[in-house]
Amino acid sequence: MQIWDPIYECMPREELEQIQLERLQATLNRVHKSVTCYRKKFDQAGIDPEDVSSLSDLANLPFTTKDDLRLNYPYGMFAVPLREVVRIHSSSGTTGKPTVVGYTKKDIKTWSNLVARFMTAAGVTHDDVVQIAFGYGLFTGAFGLHYGAEAIGASVIPMSAGNTEKQIMIMQDYKTTALVCTPSYAITIASKMEQMGVDPKSLSLKTGLFGAEPWSEAMRREIENRLCINATDNYGLSEIIGPGVAGECEYKCGMHLFEDAFIPEIIDPDSCEVLPRGSMGELVLTTLTKEAFPMIRYRTRDITSLDYSKCDCGRTLVRMRKTMGRSDDMLIVRGVNVFPSQLEDVLFAIEECEPHYQLVIDRDGTMDVLEVRIEVTEKIFFDEMKKQRAFLEMVEKRIHTLLGISASVKLVEPNSIPRHEGKAVRVIDKRIK
Amino acid sequence: MLKIKNINTYYGQVHALKNVSMHLNAGEIVTLIGANGAGKTTVLNSLSNIIPAKTGEIMFENNPIHHLPPDKVVELGISQVPEGRQVFKPLSVEDNLELGAYLRYRKREGRGVIRKDIEGVYTLFPRLFERRKQMAGTLSGGEQQMLAIGRALMARPRLLLLDEPSMGLAPLVVKEIFKVIEQLRREKGTTILLVEQNAKAALTIADRGYVLETGKVILEEIASDLLENKEVQRAYLGKDKKEIWER
Repeated sequence: MQIWDPIYECMPREELEQIQLERLQATLNRVHKSVTCYRKKFDQAGIDPEDVSSLSDLANLPFTTKDDLRLNYPYGMFAVPLREVVRIHSSSGTTGKPTVVGYTKKDIKTWSNLVARFMTAAGVTHDDVVQIAFGYGLFTGAFGLHYGAEAIGASVIPMSAGNTEKQIMIMQDYKTTALVCTPSYAITIASKMEQMGVDPKSLSLKTGLFGAEPWSEAMRREIENRLCINATDNYGLSEIIGPGVAGECEYKCGMHLFEDAFIPEIIDPDSCEVLPRGSMGELVLTTLTKEAFPMIRYRTRDITSLDYSKCDCGRTLVRMRKTMGRSDDMLIVRGVNVFPSQLEDVLFAIEECEPHYQLVIDRDGTMDVLEVRIEVTEKIFFDEMKKQRAFLEMVEKRIHTLLGISASVKLVEPNSIPRHEGKAVRVIDKRIK
Repeated sequence: MLKIKNINTYYGQVHALKNVSMHLNAGEIVTLIGANGAGKTTVLNSLSNIIPAKTGEIMFENNPIHHLPPDKVVELGISQVPEGRQVFKPLSVEDNLELGAYLRYRKREGRGVIRKDIEGVYTLFPRLFERRKQMAGTLSGGEQQMLAIGRALMARPRLLLLDEPSMGLAPLVVKEIFKVIEQLRREKGTTILLVEQNAKAALTIADRGYVLETGKVILEEIASDLLENKEVQRAYLGKDKKEIWER
C-alpha cells in the first residue's frame, strides 16, 4: 500500500520529537503573542511559553475547552487577522452551541495533505471515483475529504448527504469506487439498496471511508458484508482541523495519528492528570502546524487509548484506538460507565436486529432506568407473543452480560427511530432537566 | 545532521536566544530570517561556539558540540562565513585561502591536497584566481565575500554557516553568490545554514526556513510556504506596506 508522505509518516521517533518540540515552541510563541485568550490563560497559570523546553512540559500548560471557544465566539481565538483567513467552518455541534474555526490558505493546504495521507492509507489512488456523501456546509467533513481526494488526484463527486436513492443511482452510473459518509448513513444506503433490489456486487464500490461518529468493529463487519467493501475509519474534529487527525492503514489496528502536526495526550477526564502510555482516557490534542486557529491542549472529549508499538505498514506514527465515544456521550447509569457504541456489539450479533438503536435514560425515584430501543425486522412482529417475549429476554440478558447493568428493551418497527443523514442521536437522557 | 535543542545565549544580562530549537537535515539549505536583533547571528555564533550557549544542547552528526572550543567545531566540519566578510586585508587572496586550511596544515595534511582545494575555490570563483596575488583589502565587496566563502571552504566543511552574504552587495553580485551557494549543495552536498536580511533571495534558494523574533522561533516552514506567508511578507519581504497589522 502506498504512503502519501513517507518522510513524516515513517520518521524515526527521535527525529519526530525534535520536530514536535520545534513546532510546539514556535506555536506557543505565536499564540502567546497574538491570541489574548492564551496569553491570559498562560499568565494566570504563571507560565511563560519561553520556558517550555521539552515535550513533557506540555503537561504544565492549561487546557483549552469548548467553553473557551464559546467565550471567544466567534473570532477571539484566531491567531491571524481575519483578512488572512480564507475559510470559516463551524463545529457540527453534536453537543451544544456551534463554535467557529478558521483556515488560512496554508491551513487548507496542510489540511488537504493530512486527509490525503489517510485516504491513501485506506487505499484511495488517483484512479478512484470518490463519492462524498457528507453534508457540504459549515461541517468540515465533506470539504476535508474533498480536498484530500483532489490532492491525491481522484475524481470527486460532491454529492452531499441525503437523497439516498439518488446516491445509489449515481453510485451505479458514475461507477463510484470509494464512498465517504458516516457509518450510520452507510447502513442506511445498504438498507435502501436491499429495498431497491440493487446488488452491491454489481457496483464498482471497493472502499468506504467512514467517520464523524464512533462506530464499533461489529458495525464495520456489518457495513463490509452488506456493501461488499473495505470499510476504514478515520478521526478528526473541526476544532483541531476537521478530518485528517488520524486514519487507519491497511492493517486496521488503530488509526495513525499525524504527530508531526498534532501532539496527542491521554488524560483522566475527571482528575485531568496525564495518564501513562497505553491507558484509556480522554484525548487531548495540541496543533503544531496550524496558522489561523492553533489549539493548545484541546480537550476533545473523545475516549481512546494510544498504541506506540510498531505497525507493519511502516508508519512510525502512534495509533489511536477507535473512539469509544465522547466522554460527554458516556452515560453513567447506576454508577456504571456505558458507551452507546458498546451496544452495537450485542445488537449486530442478533440476526433480527437492525443496527439502529437508541438509549433512553430516565430516573425512577432515585434509580436510573435504562431503556434500549431497537429496530427489529418486521418479521418478528408477526411471531407469537411467546416467541417475542423469549427474544426480548434474550436481548436483555445479553445486554446485562455486556454492560453489567440491566436494561429494559423495547422493540420498535423498522424506520421508527429518526434517521439522521448527518450524525446519529443515540442517547436521550431525560435525567437532565 | 544538526540538532539544536533549547539553547539560551546571553550577552551579559541580555537574554539573546530563548529556548531556541532547530534542526538541519544533511544536504539541506535552511535560512534564518528575522528583523535586526532577532538573534539570527547569535544562533550562528552559538553553533560555532564563538558565543557559547549558556544552556541547551547542540548535536552535530549525533555528537554534542556545545562544549567544544571553536577550533574543534571547525575540525568536526562546521565553518562559518562571518558577517562583514572579515577577510585578512593585508594578506593576499591566496594567503587568505591558505589560512582557511590552517587546521589541516597543523594536522600535516599534504600540501598537494590543500593546493587542489585552492584550485577548487578558483574554479568556483574565477575572479579570485585573477586576483590571487592581490591584497584582500583591495578587493571589491563582492570579491571579498567570495574570498570569505572560499576561505571557509578550505576547511572542507560539511556544514557551512553563512552570515549575511548579500550585505552591501549589488544585486548582480548577490545573484552570483547565491548561485555558488546552490552549486555547493548540488555538487558537494554541503549543508547550509543561511542568515539573511534579503529574505526573499534566501527563501528562493532555501528548502526550509525559521523565523526568529526577539530571540524566539515563531515559525518553521518549508521555504515556499514562508514566501507565501502574509506575516512574513509584511514583516520581511516589504509587501503590503500600506496595510497595518490590526490586532
